[in-house]
Amino acid sequence: MENPAGLIPAARWQKALFVLPAFLLTFFIVIFPTVFGILVSFTSWTRTGTTLDGPGSGFVLFRLGDMVRDISEAIRSTWNGIDNFRRMAGDDAFRTALKNNLIFAFIGVPLQYLVALGLALLLNQQIRARKFYRVVFLLPFMISPIAIGWMIGKAMFDARFGPFARIARELDITLAFYDTGFKAVSWLIVISAWYAIPFVMVMLLAGLQAMPGEIFEAAKIDGAGRWRTFVVMTFRLLLPVSLTAVILRIIFEFKLIDIIYVVTGGGPGDASQTLSLYIYKDGYLSGNIGYATALAEVFLIFVIVVISLLLVTVGRKIRSLY
Amino acid sequence: MHNPKWLQITTYALLAFWLVIALFPLYWMITLSFKNLVLITTGPFFFPWIDYSPVTLGWSDLFESGQRNRFLTAMRNSLICAIGSGLLSLVLGSMAGYGLSRFSYKVGIWRNRDISFFFLSQLILPPAAVILPLYILFVESGLYDTLFGLTLLYTVVGLPIVIWIMRDQFNSLPVELEQAALVDGHSALGAFLKIATPIAAPGMVAAFILVVIFSWNEYLFSAVLTSRTSYTLPQLVATQVSSQGVKFWTMAAVGTATVAPLLVIAIMLERYIVRGLTAGAVK
Repeated sequence: MENPAGLIPAARWQKALFVLPAFLLTFFIVIFPTVFGILVSFTSWTRTGTTLDGPGSGFVLFRLGDMVRDISEAIRSTWNGIDNFRRMAGDDAFRTALKNNLIFAFIGVPLQYLVALGLALLLNQQIRARKFYRVVFLLPFMISPIAIGWMIGKAMFDARFGPFARIARELDITLAFYDTGFKAVSWLIVISAWYAIPFVMVMLLAGLQAMPGEIFEAAKIDGAGRWRTFVVMTFRLLLPVSLTAVILRIIFEFKLIDIIYVVTGGGPGDASQTLSLYIYKDGYLSGNIGYATALAEVFLIFVIVVISLLLVTVGRKIRSLY
Repeated sequence: MHNPKWLQITTYALLAFWLVIALFPLYWMITLSFKNLVLITTGPFFFPWIDYSPVTLGWSDLFESGQRNRFLTAMRNSLICAIGSGLLSLVLGSMAGYGLSRFSYKVGIWRNRDISFFFLSQLILPPAAVILPLYILFVESGLYDTLFGLTLLYTVVGLPIVIWIMRDQFNSLPVELEQAALVDGHSALGAFLKIATPIAAPGMVAAFILVVIFSWNEYLFSAVLTSRTSYTLPQLVATQVSSQGVKFWTMAAVGTATVAPLLVIAIMLERYIVRGLTAGAVK
């Protein structure tokens, strides 16, 4: 719905008034720190070793000069050139984390899609109490991933007192859920899917319900079977919504951290760690801000490249939505 | 389309199966919060009052003993951040969404499309990519460990969603009423406030709820940018996981209390949540 003339005439300052507050806030809280991070990524800044004087007193604008001096002094005293990036090239934990990010996105999300598609098709049937199912199926998406991590990953999958482990012990089987990297990543994919499936389901269901009924009547009259109707018509008509949902999920799956942090802490070793978790653990918990910021900048470039490739290759249909 | 019998039976069987998958973890957590050490180590018990008698140990841990203050502080902080960021991003995002829907922008080579894309592209940014520079800047500027700083940050993260939903909402409303208001001598801001926002209420509710859900559940920003005073519920849950060990009942009570408000919201306002999630995706 682009209108080059503008539907409502307004002076320049009026138009600016509407968009500028949101833009400025985004700029100062997101864009500026990201650019500032490029500087930090060339330092050996540490949380405890590199101290800042902190804010003085008085109105914030009068302190800006002090802040700039404070921070630039810290950057100059910890500058170590490209050492961080050289170290990253030989860092196995970094490589594992990058690989896990790709696994969660490109194996986890298609699985979420398949289950969600099944559920959306079920809910699109003529069923009683559809509203009830829709609400209950949405619930997992409302829960904080941190709470999900504990609720499923810890309480239900507990190796001593969890319901599955105890029942298995009756059968003389000892269950361990996270003792190898492969098992840990697999269960994390399952837990993350439990959280994410409702989102994909809601999108697909909306897509299904927006389809005109007449074409299916026509297909029926033409004698097309259920399976053929689904493959030839439903699935194809659903493709734009499917791609939107999948790409949004991939974007969010790249941010995955909280579930892993609670369930495995990235272990065993670093085997189930993602880049977000690595950055959090190394930069914040261990305090290596300089190195972790270098990781973060590389991570950001990696995400932007992957998502752009996705949008260019499979997302042409989606771009019409912007 | 009318379904044959076998298909109907399969449909209901699969629906029932997924009901169990969706609800059992929640059910298990709630029953855990009414157990104690003996019940947990000798279980598994599934049905309160039938195979075990519930005890309120976890809940008294939460509300009576040492946990009480930490829990109430976290609950208050979460409420303030969630509602504060919800309202602030709703105001700023509605204005931006309205501007992008109704005016024609040209800033350098940037048109409406590019500005919309700028906001939407913020969704791609992983929090971990900015968290450490933000930490430095928050400490330096005094925003560290303040509810104001955290609320401001959640507002920015919520903005792209709000702008996306509201632009879509305003696009779907007729512009004639606002044009008439302009003829009557209202300013653009007046037309926005008096004419457009009241009929855009459904979109605003949807956008507000989605930001509240995000802020309520967010962990990483809260973990890094707050410490002693401004911690939120997910942070409390995360620290409990490591410190409580096998005290499942307390954990379960904290977890239940954390998720309960959003479950209630979801049950009451499902329509708006779905509307927000699917905004613009289906034409």
